[in-house]
Parts: sequence; structure tokens; C-alpha cells
Amino acid sequence: MKGSFWHRLDNIARRLVPLGLTLVFILFSVVPLHIPGYSAIVPMLALISVYYWAIHRPRLLPPIAVFAVGLAQDFLSGTPLGLHAVVLLLTYGAIVSQRRAFLGKSFLVVWWGFLVVSFAAVLLSWVLASALSGTLIETRAGVFQFLLTFALYPVMTTLFARVQRVIPQVARNVPGP
Amino acid sequence: MRLAVPFKGMVQRFALLSLVLAAVGLMILSKAETVLIERMRTGVTDVVAPVLDALSRPVATMAEIVDNFRELTRLRPENARLRAQIERLNAWHGVARRLEADNRTLRALLNFTPEERVTFISARVIADGGGPFVRSVLVNAGARDGLRKGQAVVTGAGLAGRVSETGGRSARVLLLTDLNSRIPVVAEQSRTRAILAGDNSARPRLVFLPENAKLVPGERIVTSGHGGALPAGLLVGIVTSAGEGTVRVEPIVDWDRLEYVRVIDFESVTLKPAPSGAKRRRGGS
Repeated sequence: MKGSFWHRLDNIARRLVPLGLTLVFILFSVVPLHIPGYSAIVPMLALISVYYWAIHRPRLLPPIAVFAVGLAQDFLSGTPLGLHAVVLLLTYGAIVSQRRAFLGKSFLVVWWGFLVVSFAAVLLSWVLASALSGTLIETRAGVFQFLLTFALYPVMTTLFARVQRVIPQVARNVPGP
Repeated sequence: MRLAVPFKGMVQRFALLSLVLAAVGLMILSKAETVLIERMRTGVTDVVAPVLDALSRPVATMAEIVDNFRELTRLRPENARLRAQIERLNAWHGVARRLEADNRTLRALLNFTPEERVTFISARVIADGGGPFVRSVLVNAGARDGLRKGQAVVTGAGLAGRVSETGGRSARVLLLTDLNSRIPVVAEQSRTRAILAGDNSARPRLVFLPENAKLVPGERIVTSGHGGALPAGLLVGIVTSAGEGTVRVEPIVDWDRLEYVRVIDFESVTLKPAPSGAKRRRGGS
């Protein structure tokens, strides 16, 4: 490895940025905003993050980190434990296996991909939550959550793209894609 | 399917698969509501509670400022409305005083022992945003403040929900609109008993209504106190629709302004030995 202790520490800190950022977004998403009806349709910010990093730098958000993010979401929002973990991990797996379809594509194509992915993710969480509760949960809030998540994608990814620049490209030295 | 990471592909996939399985396992475990899962939940919320507490304060202040501006624009009509209301309430005040005096004399006649001792614990809502599938909030008070599972959580208006999990310094409150919320209630006028069952919609249903129940829209629904967990007579909501099939209740609590709540520390008379004075009086009669 190159550099001094501080350099390495700096590197590690930077590589923890995607995970840290995702956790911070989860925290923000549960803060009461006192906007009518908002708490039921709060966007899945963690999903945007997982989607983005799975396409651009999957190594910085390994499966175990996605698992942790999902659990954190479940702990804070009071959903059945494991629900978001399953949804985010399956999303992550699907995206990582189809990464090349997205890499280097225009923003609109990636956003379109997110339309499909976020719909599937909200649908899956609806199916899981309904199965766990033994009833069919009303779908309206889920639909609005999906739309809001989809609409927030450009804002969030602009931020992620800026953040990505501060993360060192050490991962490129290791044999990879 | 193409392998994105040929060298680590197998390992990665195995890790992913086992994590998915672990998450599914956790889901099943949490469905069984084991103590372990609850400890984990409350442990995590306890750690994060101070952060959420700090984060939610400026947001609440902002919301308040916006609210203030909105209120300024309708100060005049609001004032007129409040004057009218004061006049109306003054009349009620007189009625209430008279009834209170009546009540006191009648109770004295009956040697009635007060049913319960009630104290309040105030808490601030530090997180909501559960998404489409749950209706619950986190509050910044926990077991060390005297919160226990099952206690009623109220605002100034009426019942908001019940404490469902308690950590040391944080607790989760299951709102009465949640899928899992079941609250024994009674209609204030007709005294019809029922269970208020949440279904994640804004208006929970009344279930287990007696067959001959006649509820009309506008009737007030209060807690019945059955089961001993909740004090009786807390305002819950107002019947909005009373069709053939389902009766729905509009909760009295304004969910969008749920910032401070009070948790009712309620001791039912059945749970503690009757005071000696009461015993003596009862024995004498």
C-alpha cells in the first residue's frame, strides 16, 4: 500500500462514504417533517443510494453493507425486521448482475431503469408486508411512495456523483470488471 | 446471466444469497415477536434517539415558522370564530360546573372510590416516516421515564395510540391507524361497544359491533377501558360513515402536528390493593 498512516486512514474514511451517506439519508427520511400525509409516502432514499452505488461502485457498498442499510431502515421506520433488507439486497443483486447494461448509458436510460427497479422494489415490499400482516394492505400510499422515490432520483444522484469524485480509485488496481 | 465480477462472482453471490436468507429468517423471527428481536430494535433506537432528537428540533421549528405565517394571514376570521366559540363554551362551562357539583354530591352519597390514579409522562415525537406499511412513531422517552408497553398515548385532543416497544430512553408508539392496532372503544351516546381496528388508512374501522348496533355519523367514540390497559373515556374519534358493512371513525388527533404527546401512566384499581379507608367504608355499608 502507498502512503502514510494518515493517507490510508483518509482512504478508508472516503471509502466508507457511500455507506455513511446512505445511513444518514435513512435518518433524514424518518425525521418528522410535519407535512400532511408525508410520513406514509416517505421516499425510499436508501433504494436510490443502493441503485446508484450498485451501478457505479458496487465494491464501495458490498452486500453486507446493503444488509446493514436495510436493517437500519427497518429498525428506524418500524417495519418488520428484514423487510427492507430483503428488498434492498435483491435490488442490489439484480443491478450488479446487469451492471453493464447501465454503465456508460445516458442519464435518462439509467433513470428509466430506476423507474422499473423502484416499482419492483415497492411492489415487493408491499407483497412482503401484506404477507407478514396477513391482509392486503391498501396500495395508495405505496404508489405515491414509488412516484416520490422516482422523482427524487435526479436530485439524489447529482449529489452522489459529486461525492463519488472524492472517493479514491484504489479499487481499480484490483482485478475487476 | 453475465458475470459482472468474474473472479469474485461466486463468493459475492454466495454472500448475497446467504444475506437474503438471513433477512428472510429475521422477518419470520420478527413476525413471532421474540424478545430478542424487540431487544435489538429498542437497542438500536436507543442509540439513535439522541441524534434523531437533535435532527427533529430544527425541522419542527421550521414547520412552526411556516405555520405561524399561515396563521397570520387568517388572524381576523380566526379571531371572530374563537369569540363565537368562547361564548358557546362559556355556556358549557356553566353546565360542566353544575354537573361537577352534582357528581361530587352523588359520589359522596355512594361512597364511590375513585377508579384510577393517572399520571402523565410527556414526550416528543422524534421520528415518523414509517412508509406505506406501518403507522408508528418514535418518542424520546423510555422505560427510565416510566413508559411501559401498552400505555395509552394522547395529545391534547385525544387518543393517538399505544406504546408498543420501550427502550431505555426511546419508545415506539403504535398509532391507532396502524394495521396491528386494536383498541376497545364505546360510543359515547349509544354506549355501543366495539373494537377500533386500524388498517393503515386514515380512518380505522369499528369491528365486533353488536348486530343491533345503531351508530350515526357524528357520534363520538371513546375508549371503553375494557381489558384494563387503557383508561376509560379518552376521546378517540368521530364516526364518519356508518354504512351497512363497515363503520369508520375519523381519529380526533391531527397526525401532521403530532409533536408532543403525553403517555398515560395508568393504574387500574384491580391491579392494586384497595385503600384501607375504602375497605372500612365498604364493610360498614
